Amino acid sequence: MDFLTHPLNVVTFFPLLGVLVILFLKEEQKNTIRWVALITSLIAFGISLAVLVQFNAANPDLQMSINLPWIQVAGWNIHYFLAVDGLSILLLMLTTFLTPISILSTWTAIDERVKDFMIFFLLLEVGMTGVFLAQDLFLFYIFWEFTLVPMYFLIGIWGGPQRMYAAVKFFLYTMAGSLLMLLAILWLGINQGTFSVPELIAKGGIPADVQLWLFVAFALAFAIKVPMWPLHSWLPDAHVQAPTAGSVILAGVLLKMGTYGFIRFNIPLFPQAAVKAAPVMAALAVIGILYGAAVSYAQEDVKKLVAYSSISHLGFVMLGLFALNEQGIQGAILQMINHGLSTGALFLLVGMIYERRHTRIMDKFGGLWSIMPIYGALTLIVSLSSMGLPGLNGFVGEFAILLGAWGAGDAGGVLGSHYYAGFAAIGVILAAVYILFMFQKLFLGPITHEENKKLSDLNWREIITLVPLLILIFWIGLYPKPFFGLMAPAVGKVIALVHGAVMAALP
Amino acid sequence: MLLSEVSTTSTLFQLIPWIVFFPAIGLLINIIFGGRMSEKAIGAVASLASGLAFGIAVLMAIGLAQNHGEPVVVPFLEWIHIGDLQLDWTFRVDTLSNVMTLAVTLVGTLIHIYAIGYMHEDVRHQGDPGRYRRFFVFLNLFIVMMMILVTGDSYAMLFVGWEGVGLCSYLLIGFWYDKGEGGIGNALAAKKAFVANRVGDFGFLVAMFLTFWAFGSLDFANVFEKAPEIAQTMPGVVLAITLFMLLGVTGKSAQIPLYVWLPDAMAGPTPVSALIHAATMVTAGVYLVARSAPIFVQLPQAQNTVAMVGGLTALFAATIAVGQFDIKKVLAYSTISQLGFMVAAVGMGAFVAGMFHLVTHAFFKALLFLSAGSVIQGMERGEHHVAHHQQDDLHAARRKKKQKEAHTFDPQDMRNMGGLRTKMPVTFWVYLTGAVALAGVPPLAGFWSKDEILLEASHLNMPVYILLTLAAILTAFYMGRQIFMVFFGETRTAPAEHAEESPPVMTIPLIILAILAFFGGALNLPGLHTFEHWLEHTFMAFEVELEALPFSIPVATLSTILALASITGAWALYGRKPLQKKQPDPLRKLGWLFTGMENKWWVDEIYWFLILDRYVDLAWFLADEVDWRFWHDWFHEKVILATFNSLSRLLALRVDLGGIDRIANGLADGTQALAACMRRLQTGFVRNYALSVFVGVVVIIGYLMFR
Repeated sequence: MDFLTHPLNVVTFFPLLGVLVILFLKEEQKNTIRWVALITSLIAFGISLAVLVQFNAANPDLQMSINLPWIQVAGWNIHYFLAVDGLSILLLMLTTFLTPISILSTWTAIDERVKDFMIFFLLLEVGMTGVFLAQDLFLFYIFWEFTLVPMYFLIGIWGGPQRMYAAVKFFLYTMAGSLLMLLAILWLGINQGTFSVPELIAKGGIPADVQLWLFVAFALAFAIKVPMWPLHSWLPDAHVQAPTAGSVILAGVLLKMGTYGFIRFNIPLFPQAAVKAAPVMAALAVIGILYGAAVSYAQEDVKKLVAYSSISHLGFVMLGLFALNEQGIQGAILQMINHGLSTGALFLLVGMIYERRHTRIMDKFGGLWSIMPIYGALTLIVSLSSMGLPGLNGFVGEFAILLGAWGAGDAGGVLGSHYYAGFAAIGVILAAVYILFMFQKLFLGPITHEENKKLSDLNWREIITLVPLLILIFWIGLYPKPFFGLMAPAVGKVIALVHGAVMAALP
Repeated sequence: MLLSEVSTTSTLFQLIPWIVFFPAIGLLINIIFGGRMSEKAIGAVASLASGLAFGIAVLMAIGLAQNHGEPVVVPFLEWIHIGDLQLDWTFRVDTLSNVMTLAVTLVGTLIHIYAIGYMHEDVRHQGDPGRYRRFFVFLNLFIVMMMILVTGDSYAMLFVGWEGVGLCSYLLIGFWYDKGEGGIGNALAAKKAFVANRVGDFGFLVAMFLTFWAFGSLDFANVFEKAPEIAQTMPGVVLAITLFMLLGVTGKSAQIPLYVWLPDAMAGPTPVSALIHAATMVTAGVYLVARSAPIFVQLPQAQNTVAMVGGLTALFAATIAVGQFDIKKVLAYSTISQLGFMVAAVGMGAFVAGMFHLVTHAFFKALLFLSAGSVIQGMERGEHHVAHHQQDDLHAARRKKKQKEAHTFDPQDMRNMGGLRTKMPVTFWVYLTGAVALAGVPPLAGFWSKDEILLEASHLNMPVYILLTLAAILTAFYMGRQIFMVFFGETRTAPAEHAEESPPVMTIPLIILAILAFFGGALNLPGLHTFEHWLEHTFMAFEVELEALPFSIPVATLSTILALASITGAWALYGRKPLQKKQPDPLRKLGWLFTGMENKWWVDEIYWFLILDRYVDLAWFLADEVDWRFWHDWFHEKVILATFNSLSRLLALRVDLGGIDRIANGLADGTQALAACMRRLQTGFVRNYALSVFVGVVVIIGYLMFR
């Protein structure tokens, strides 16, 4: 009984209960299905709040562990091991927070095969939650691959005209990336005699050159997911073709699985390799920041613009992680949350206008602010958050990341040059260019298309969808202290590991 | 830590956060209840909110006076705490920030009141009365941000306000976002302002990173205390800090090379031009340098660079102002030029002179812009009168022709004005006061502050002194030219003929500002140096020496004579024989020189050609060629897919080797068919791939397990 009522098990698998209920409903009972899904995800969010209350922020270690032997054949020591710590608690919250919002956003947008849609969506939530909680590499891999399946169908069935191409590409790239990681996981598990992440970290002792290979194998899987330049070419397709709720979850949570992988596995498991690889990772991150921003600017489809902006934003996250200092990593973790909120909100907003106009080509708009003042004002706030205006969430993360990366660029720092942070800071200018360009194309100027004159402003459901995101956008922007407080001890532990590795590597 | 020991005053200082709260409350009231409130009530709430902030500023001045000018720090909110990085929202009350709060809220409140009248007409003229409320919300938001900027106790909080005012500037320049050239002109101007400012903000950010890693803090007190020591140990870093900071200054305070956004910013409603783009926000850069005085004084190279940028901007912008015909553009370039004076002053270490000019300039430039707004609306009233009159006209054909003319009529073009002295007498007199103050004629405010800058420059930096003197000559000239073109001679168009004076809600703030512009010089009269003694407390706290130079008769006389001479020159060209209808500007005789000034020396065009067009090309090249054609299509098909195809073929061969030919052939064919299917984007594909991949994994695992 303990096993079934363990909070982490409940928070992970509760959505299955909703799936079960929906299975017994008829396809025609669309509204009931929607309500069941929404309430299920809201309860899951409530449970995650309970986990948050029990969570001891001062403790840098894994908490609320549930650790049972699971697959024990042929000398494999695989455990069913869930736990949460400061690195994952916020991402857990983000997952359970964004799921009900996404479900609410589909209320009128998804009208075909609602039953299947909601089932896949709730299954996706199980997978994502599991990814952030699993502390056994094998278990992690299972959750990791599992998330692909519902997402594949969400894009492939409810997506835009090119949905199959996009879904296949999404599947192919992520799957390909995971293969090497699986090999690395197996190598680790067999050679070290355990798949448990904390045990592997404690054991250490992997020679530096082997670390580097393992690092690369893990990094490839995660870098495709992030996606880091130049492995991003699946992202615009997946985002543009996915239904709104799919894009929100894809940008909000699935991409974070990649960045999370780096901070959870790559850096603590292979600290020496991480220090060695830091300049390369940071360089790719900076290229991603600038490249994503420039390509964003040259888009005609607003959803594609937002999709490419993700590459730029996640470049900031990666830069922060591989600054390997407190400011950089804490900023990066916060920026994962920020990106989930801001870009999630942007995709919701894009979805709202698409539902009305059935186009996302920016030339078809213009002057919308006069017709849809609430929509305009909310989009403005979210856009400003995305471009990092102080007082809103984006700034806090970006500032900490850039400051950390600058410090890592000091002589003796892991990056050893200020060019990384310096060029990344140019991204702040370019972000203003593409975001303001987007805002201008949609909202400013005269009304050039007759069809736009009759558009209705946001309704209550849409406003309710956005308000929780806006509250957090302001909250993190004005008072980020509680958020940093949750992650600080755990990040400190990771940094201590890295320092230990650097010291050990010294002759 | 410096919290005053005097308990009575320290409770007074606890009120400082209200300087931000009052305008914030004002804007919230207008957002929440404004929909049901009358225009007057909305304007009154906003003005009152700003007025209460002024009240707080006055209380702080009283507190400081009782406190003998000792700086006071009031902690308010913990913000970003990561390791050593401790950024808090802490208020700093000292004489420098107090001067800024007083000037901003005083001018700000007057402009709020003026805007009640101005926007009442403007929203109707532009045909969207619904935006009246939005204007006052933005205006209050601006006061909030500006207060955060000047009362923050660290570079981080200063930056919060710095970007915040930039946002307000963006929103207000683009206030009529569906107007302007091609309907999009105003929106483009707003974007240009934001992006140019972001370039400056990039500099500010880098300066902050450097500061933090060199000084271990971003708090003013910590940084300034260590400044002499760090400047000794790592002068290169400190020089870099000052230069990156200077980049920020050139963005916000519109100096070379980033000034180009300010003239376009005139697209905003005139009260905005007065408040944000003349009196307050654009002076933030000057404030930043003055605030950072303890750092700048460590390095003469840094000081010289700043002073030179200011001096060059002062002269360069003044030349452009001479060649403009738009009444607001003249004032805009004049603002850039005057900001150059201030930047030059604080750059060379004349912090008091720079701040003094900042305050007097806030008075007379706000006055000039608001009066220009009054002129423009007077012209619009005349235009309206003419158009209305024509509707009664019987001659339809003539009406059509006239309407066509009216359609292209520009109420801001000085060539369309003339003779407004008699049509708008109050506006004329206040405008004249502002112009004479700006031109630097004693005993008006501008004379005293400008003279102090010139005096300091004559001692500290001769090249800059020469630049500034030339700029001062041009200043008097272009203001003279403007006065004569607008107010003297005959009316040159029908709307000018029917121009009407503005209502009291607009003219009364104008009269108050005129009084301030007239007597503002009394703040820091030679011999008394009230202002200097007031500011001393702030600068002395970090051992920045202020040296009050004795009043110099030669410098003052020379600049007075030059100002009067160039006003006379303007009179000779524009006053003696006033401009007639369609008569070209007499300065056209200068040939290319005037064309250059009129076309702003083509700086915008050069920027477009050198930077912006290149960026747009690059972005499209990256997006279309690199990202899509090469990476997204070619690489995907030729590399990724090809690899997978060969992988699955390999798997098929393995099965074939097992001896089951038929199945093997089927699989191989199937795989090839699948590859073809991929291009046609078919459904069944992914499962097969997943399957083949999975089979591969099983093989590998099996190998690992049983090797």
